[in-house]
Amino acid sequence: MFLETVLLAQRELRRNVLRSSLTVLGIVIGVAAVITLVTIGNGATQQVAEQIGSLGSNMLQLRPGQGFRGPGGASSDSKRFTLEDAQAISNDIPGLAAVAPTANASTQAIYGNENWSTSITGSTNDFLKVRNWDLDSGREFGDGELQSGRAVCIIGATVKKELFGGQEPIGQSIRLKKIAFQVVGVLKSKGQASFGNDQDDFVLIPIRTLHRRIAGNADVGGIMVSVRDADAIDEAKSAIERLMRERRRIAYGGQDDFNVGDMREIMSTVTGTTKILTALLAAVAAVSLVVGGIGIMNIMLVSVTERTREIGIRLAIGALGREVMMQFLVEAVVLSGFGGIVGIALGLGAAAAGSVVLKVPFVLEPGIVVLAFGFSSVVGIVFGFFPARKAARLDPIEALRHE
Amino acid sequence: MNETPVSSNNNGAAANGAAANGALIRLQAVTKVYGTGIAAVEALKGIDLRIGQGEFVAIMGPSGSGKSTCMNILGCLDVPTAGTYFFQGRNVGRLTQDQRALLRREHLGFVFQGFNLLGRTSALENAELPLIYRGLPVKKRRVLAREALASVGLSGWETHTPAELSGGQQQRVAIARAIVTHPKVLLADEPTGNLDSERSREVMELLTALNRDRGITILMVTHEPDMAKYAARQVHFMDGLIDGRSTEGGA
Repeated sequence: MFLETVLLAQRELRRNVLRSSLTVLGIVIGVAAVITLVTIGNGATQQVAEQIGSLGSNMLQLRPGQGFRGPGGASSDSKRFTLEDAQAISNDIPGLAAVAPTANASTQAIYGNENWSTSITGSTNDFLKVRNWDLDSGREFGDGELQSGRAVCIIGATVKKELFGGQEPIGQSIRLKKIAFQVVGVLKSKGQASFGNDQDDFVLIPIRTLHRRIAGNADVGGIMVSVRDADAIDEAKSAIERLMRERRRIAYGGQDDFNVGDMREIMSTVTGTTKILTALLAAVAAVSLVVGGIGIMNIMLVSVTERTREIGIRLAIGALGREVMMQFLVEAVVLSGFGGIVGIALGLGAAAAGSVVLKVPFVLEPGIVVLAFGFSSVVGIVFGFFPARKAARLDPIEALRHE
Repeated sequence: MNETPVSSNNNGAAANGAAANGALIRLQAVTKVYGTGIAAVEALKGIDLRIGQGEFVAIMGPSGSGKSTCMNILGCLDVPTAGTYFFQGRNVGRLTQDQRALLRREHLGFVFQGFNLLGRTSALENAELPLIYRGLPVKKRRVLAREALASVGLSGWETHTPAELSGGQQQRVAIARAIVTHPKVLLADEPTGNLDSERSREVMELLTALNRDRGITILMVTHEPDMAKYAARQVHFMDGLIDGRSTEGGA
């Protein structure tokens, strides 16, 4: 009986194809928008998580100051680290694969007529180990070069492309702050990274060289640590914290003036932000679903008025009020449900296209599809209820007289 | 037949004896008032009427005489303000709206002046409409609707929509729809009002045949004395009352 009512409803709706399609458009757009945004948002969240994960889940990052300050920006007035701190960590704490003190500067890199503004990181070979970065050509720094602070550098793929074009950079010299640095290695391209940073736009020089020739001080901005065994990461983290409190002479119960960042923390913060953004966008899109529902109500009211005489006939020949009500309610739900299905198809299509354009993975979440369909049906019930009740309450005598 | 003895029936029962107890339809002192207070209009001022099973009754009278109001009450679409209406011994005035709908569904068929078919819907689907509410499976419905269309002489027209049918054919589809449930009573409200005399004659002959061959009780409102002649009995309305020109039922 119910199936028959549905068939009857879709036949009724097919009688007025143009009107039905236009009515449904609001729901289609609403559902499609929600599906598209949520799917692309999930893709972006996953991508960010993957990128952070690619940094190595067993990585710890020491920064001066308190708390995680978001990617890239962790400067504070707190006391800087020193190379001795890094050395102490490396010597005293077991189970570490690499300890890389880092300091940053940004400047112009010049080769011949070309110049390119880039960021310079001073560190050791351990930096490449911690980040899992591989050389495309050339070599790492020699021990002597690191110790004596020689003017040598390893450049990223973007710097190579901008300064050298097709030429071979190994053995050539580029100028940073008027000092000639010999290129000894080129890194493999890593592609676009999260947060819009180009990880290939990068020059690595020995940290002592940066201290002496570029920065003019011996500050270590941060220390990156790679733990050999990912399971030992919490242990290593507290050992480093204990050591650093000691070295920085922080009294028992005193506040840390540094923090040891754990990639998991960073990941949950960043993906959390992306998720909130996705939810917000989806909520905005959901408003259009409600607007679509009002559209359905409007057309159902028109339909009830138009079909007053039909309703009168049905009531006269013995239809119960609730049967008439069910008929119109089912029509509204068939409309909105159909709109939901079309919207889901459209939304998934748009999300698939969007993920190609935005270069994020296409992550289909079945839950959101079910939710969108369910919600659009509910919209049909809610907004179809009033017109349907109006139809059911018609007086058959009046309805039959209706012109 | 489900008869309810009515002890308060002290004016008509004595006169008509057995016929009164067998009456399919019995109106007793039925009044109908529309509106309230000063604006109140008394459309029916106390109607007594009994109609037996198998009668063909023409209901006549000028506009505003109360005949349409009476038809609405007889058709269980409306209830009396005062007085009682017994249909097969059941007091219709005491039934709920849903109960009256079920009673119409089971026992009554309607034919209207304006045909009142569903537009853009085939003759077959129009004819099977009442069966949907009886919950019959689609195959059974199709068979019965086809039979009904055949009995009004419209075999071969099943797929035509009202727009593709003449007025006479449309009214015959409407009659097929009314009789598809094999009702006890067919209520026809000026069934020939929109038809020329030739089509009117066809429709009247069809109604007469249904009355004669199937024993369907027919109550027909009409303006035209020519049409009323087809009925065995005429009931005249005037100013909310049944007047003296009416003929008694032979049931």
